[in-house]
Amino acid sequence: MSEKIAVYYKAMGLPRLIITLFFLFLVCVSVILGIPFGGLMTDVVVRLGMHGILVLAMVPAIISGIGLNFGLPLGILCGLIGAIVSIELDLVGFPAFIAAILVALPLAALIGWCYGWLLNKVKGSEMMVATYAGFSAVFLMSIGWMVLPFKSPEITWPMGPGLRTTISLDGRFRDVLNNWGAFNIGSFRFPTGLILFFLLSCFIMWLVLRSKTGIAMKTVGANPNFAVATGLNVDNYRIMGSVLSTILGAVGIIVYSQSYGFLQLYQAPMFMGFAAVAAVLIGGANIKNAKISHVIIGTFLFQGLLVIALPVANTVMTTGSLAEITRLIVTNGIILYALTQVDGGE
Amino acid sequence: MDRDKIVLEMNNIGKVYYGTRVLKDINLSIKAGEIHAILGENGAGKSTLMNILFGMPVIHSTGGFEGEVLIDGSKVDINSPFKAMKEGIGMVHQEFMLIPGYTITENIKLNREITKPNPISRVLGNKLETLDFVQMDKDAKKAIKSLDIGIDEWTKIAGLPVGYMQFVEIAREIDKENLKILVFDEPTAVLTESEAKNLLQAMKLISDSGIAILFITHRLDEVMEIADNITVLRDGQMVANRKKEETNLVELAQLMVGREIEKVERKVNVDKSSVVMKIKDLKVAMPGEEVKGIDLDIFKGEIIGIGGLAGQGKIGIANGIMGLYPSSGEVVINNDTTLKLNNPKESIAKGLAFVSEDRRGVGLLLDTSIELNIAVTAMQNNDKFLKKYGPFTQLDTTGIRNHALGFKKELDIRCTGVDQITRRLSGGNQQKVCIARALTLEPNILFVSEPTRGIDIGAKKLVLDTLVKLNEELGMTIIMTSSELAELRSVCDRIAIICEGKLEGILKPDDSDADFGLMMAGEYKKLVGEEVSNNE
Amino acid sequence: MEQQVKTNTKSIMKNDIKDFLINNMVTILFVIIGYLGFRFSGLTLPFFVNDLISRVARNGFLVLALIIPVLAGMGLNFAIVLGAMAGQMAIIMVVHWGFVSWQGIILAALIAAPLALIFGYLTGKLLNKTKGQEMITSMILGFFANGIYQFIFLILVGSVIPMNNQDLILSSGVGVRVTVDLANNLRYGLDNIIRLSFPVSLLLVSILFVGVNLYRYINNRKAPKLNYNKTKTIIALVAFSLTTLWSLSIIYSPWLFRSSNILRTNKMFNDITIPIVTFLIIGALCLFNVFITKTKMGQDFRTVGQDMHIAKISGIDANRVRVIAIVISTVLAAWGQIIYLQNLGTLSTYGSHENIGMFSIAAILIGGASVTKATIGQALLGTILFHTIFIVSPLAGRNLFGDAQLGEYFRAFVAYGVIGVSLGMHAWKKQIQSKSLK
Repeated sequence: MSEKIAVYYKAMGLPRLIITLFFLFLVCVSVILGIPFGGLMTDVVVRLGMHGILVLAMVPAIISGIGLNFGLPLGILCGLIGAIVSIELDLVGFPAFIAAILVALPLAALIGWCYGWLLNKVKGSEMMVATYAGFSAVFLMSIGWMVLPFKSPEITWPMGPGLRTTISLDGRFRDVLNNWGAFNIGSFRFPTGLILFFLLSCFIMWLVLRSKTGIAMKTVGANPNFAVATGLNVDNYRIMGSVLSTILGAVGIIVYSQSYGFLQLYQAPMFMGFAAVAAVLIGGANIKNAKISHVIIGTFLFQGLLVIALPVANTVMTTGSLAEITRLIVTNGIILYALTQVDGGE
Repeated sequence: MDRDKIVLEMNNIGKVYYGTRVLKDINLSIKAGEIHAILGENGAGKSTLMNILFGMPVIHSTGGFEGEVLIDGSKVDINSPFKAMKEGIGMVHQEFMLIPGYTITENIKLNREITKPNPISRVLGNKLETLDFVQMDKDAKKAIKSLDIGIDEWTKIAGLPVGYMQFVEIAREIDKENLKILVFDEPTAVLTESEAKNLLQAMKLISDSGIAILFITHRLDEVMEIADNITVLRDGQMVANRKKEETNLVELAQLMVGREIEKVERKVNVDKSSVVMKIKDLKVAMPGEEVKGIDLDIFKGEIIGIGGLAGQGKIGIANGIMGLYPSSGEVVINNDTTLKLNNPKESIAKGLAFVSEDRRGVGLLLDTSIELNIAVTAMQNNDKFLKKYGPFTQLDTTGIRNHALGFKKELDIRCTGVDQITRRLSGGNQQKVCIARALTLEPNILFVSEPTRGIDIGAKKLVLDTLVKLNEELGMTIIMTSSELAELRSVCDRIAIICEGKLEGILKPDDSDADFGLMMAGEYKKLVGEEVSNNE
Repeated sequence: MEQQVKTNTKSIMKNDIKDFLINNMVTILFVIIGYLGFRFSGLTLPFFVNDLISRVARNGFLVLALIIPVLAGMGLNFAIVLGAMAGQMAIIMVVHWGFVSWQGIILAALIAAPLALIFGYLTGKLLNKTKGQEMITSMILGFFANGIYQFIFLILVGSVIPMNNQDLILSSGVGVRVTVDLANNLRYGLDNIIRLSFPVSLLLVSILFVGVNLYRYINNRKAPKLNYNKTKTIIALVAFSLTTLWSLSIIYSPWLFRSSNILRTNKMFNDITIPIVTFLIIGALCLFNVFITKTKMGQDFRTVGQDMHIAKISGIDANRVRVIAIVISTVLAAWGQIIYLQNLGTLSTYGSHENIGMFSIAAILIGGASVTKATIGQALLGTILFHTIFIVSPLAGRNLFGDAQLGEYFRAFVAYGVIGVSLGMHAWKKQIQSKSLK
């Protein structure tokens, strides 16, 4: 028995255990404090669907051997462009949402290809280069948001050049997924469309991973030398991984925004990659291996933790941004842990 | 210096690694100023013996060794390289332990820098003492001079010819004041002929100054040229100890490789009239195993062995033909199609399959299931094990499972199930998975490199039997590369010996030990000359 | 055979020149950007010089703190953020206790050192567990430590750690204020000990360097030395002679010039004052870095940095050496942050440390350093260039595009971009090298 526990413990790792226990602890506390549970669960489920696809974007990157994709902001920026174009075209509702995705897809594929090419040139330092590629792209696009010739008054500042920092999606495609087929159980509201869309994305990803190409990508990531001996072009499949990851990042931010209600431009995308990385790690992935189940579990735990921590913290303590601090510590703590688990140490 | 003083004695040395005996009852005694050669094939136990002498952690983390080491007549306990250095044992490594960005002086004085105190170091400790480059240069100059070579001590290592690097290594050892015994580990392997000559001269100079030299090598001519005494190791045992005057090249060669061969009985179905693969002037740039131009014809249905010592290039042949390392030359298959080199996909498409010598590095996906390991290459190259839905494909899980189960039974792969990941399998079972993967490609020609490396005796026999069976039943042509000559001689029809990246000759399994020994040492052509061609 | 060695050294020299050009390409590019930015910003030279000097005095120490880990092969130490936190903790304590001026600063330095020592030790231990990924680890560690830091100062202080100080604590009684004003206590604590006018300081420095180079030149004529570079010495000699003349011309401009424009400019130059003590401290750190490389410890740093495996074989405790390198860097960063804040005059409790690592690293890279090589000259030159961009880009942005924000985005893009490109180039070079080995 104790041996079995030891095996589980080893598979799980200390940080994951702490996070799970902390999550359960917070759930208990929130119940004791009498925080309305239905609303809380609604939040957790919505956040699962909202962040899920961004986290899913980690999977193709990790399995094709690129590692944790800190360059996710690249995909996010493509998604934002798509959303803005859709507003500029004055579309409303589902067509707006679909148009945003359709515009973002080719853009993300192109950027993802370039990004993959770059990562092939810097094998061994992918994560560091990806982080800074993401950061600098965010600022390059900040310049872009100021100079791109968008006209719609909804998205530009009333005076002066450039786009607004946050753009409301009210009356555009806010909550199109969340409200689709949504139903209530008491105070708990289930965002059917959002969750279905997330699960559909996961299912497509699952199918891709089981196709010939998907197996080739996995092979390349698991052992590049083996892949060469099997006659696979390692660089091509890595590029494919980064294209998929970037595309999912673009779709992910559109889904995120429709639920959040706003498009956030300028510096907002900078650290979104970190949250996605942390979520997939919490779910049980590591730098070399990730599964769809890791995405679902990880997003649920991580977002759940943050959702519940906020009201609990506010009730227990009047000051401070405890939730924000928890986010910082958990996100970066789990990434650090994952880094120490690579065979770098002796 | 007293020339009759015995500086090093090693008595009844033995070593067991994880239950496998690798050394037994080795006795050595070396006098001051003596050059003592240790001769043996790969795996004979030379490096283990030196690791013991040098106190390497690999020895002490695996339970230490048997026997005793005496230096200057008194017993010493060498438990770390540092201790070995303190006892006056120096080592010239095969791969250079030099820092390219440093000058020769800095390399010679690596971690033995001469320092002088300064006001800050007096307060904060001697780590902050200033380096005394004047003194260090002086010492370096002296060490270089005693080797009789003309290089400046302030030259950087980067860009020096390889031969000079070796001298810097030696200079570093000589610079150690208490040096009594200097070990040379295959020092001429990377040198050109003239460089090697210079080195041998330098070794003589060193021994003349009273330092004992242990010279590990497989080059017989060098042994005969400078050694005073020769110890021959084979399979971890000391088979002979000879004075140079009492022996000759042929005897040494025989001692080095001679052993009982268990010939596997098998049906021979070689068709000498049909050449399935013609290799012309093949060159392969595989680091450490470079192939420098080989011509070889492979007959249909034979098992041909490729033998030779480590680092001579035998491993490079299969890796080159399979497209894993940059290669040039011409490889013609079945007399009609020329193989495009440097393209693994093409090699697989032309009916070649490869079981790599680097099982864990190249041969397996360690964290993937056995069944997928077996299926993946055929899936990617021949579209097997896939269900097609228009342009989309999905894994055929039942097909993969059944295929793997078949091999599990046929090759007796011991596992908890074919969905087990391969990392947890024993070496022998991992090798079986690799073979199964290669066979799934249904190749015409199978390359197998070091098929029995690192697996236990029972599994060894099974692997070899499998190869023989494939050959007998399917008529598959097998090209088997191995460092274990005995293994090659037990199953092969012919054995090609590679030396210094070239084909030294082709022998029959029942040719004499001396022939094999001489060929592996690269002495055969010189001695026997024209006879080589007659053998083919 | 000797011939062979000679041709080899020749080809090395050729490579050196090529490498030199490639390395300096970044620097040259930024000189050009900086110059153009300055032109378009419409700033006057004296104003610009004044701002630049103040910023270099502020940031120079921190940038120099990056050199030793690079030497030890650990790349750019993003974890100097932890050192900066130690410095800020010390400052908050000192302000709380009410110490002022240079006494307060010395006390802060004394308190910060042991804190930074502990942080550095832990960082070093962590980095030894993630060899080959030091930079990403140290960067993430910076973010992680930021979380802990916020936890301590936003939540623990006032609730668990008793602290009662209206100037420091938020009105709720828990948590340190977002900005702490240092104007009345530590501001200019070092800077204002001694101030000399710009031309006088320049004159002194120029004369000093003219002297040093003259000594080198003459000394080498007597006894030629190996590491002596004649061209370099002569160029330095000429350059510093010119600056001597220039500073003299500013000091005596009322007697030399008639043009009112020149007179006005020179008057402005005369009004600039230099924080002598701060620059002396930066100078001392330069000397310390030079000194370290000449000691046994420095040699160990270099050996470990060049090849950890060989270092271990030759008996150097590589892990220990690496920890020491990080500890030194962290302690220096703590002091650097104190110097930084005493000049800035306000401590942004939750923000001051955040970008320190990134900006300092961008600075040293712009100066021409790389992941494996960083010199004092590169650090100083980089600091100057980086801050040039910092000063001019918002103004240039406004003048060119009508929006200062654009310039700010541009400089952030430059800072991140230069780190990304530099890391990318390094990884790419490494890949090519390993391929050519194959």
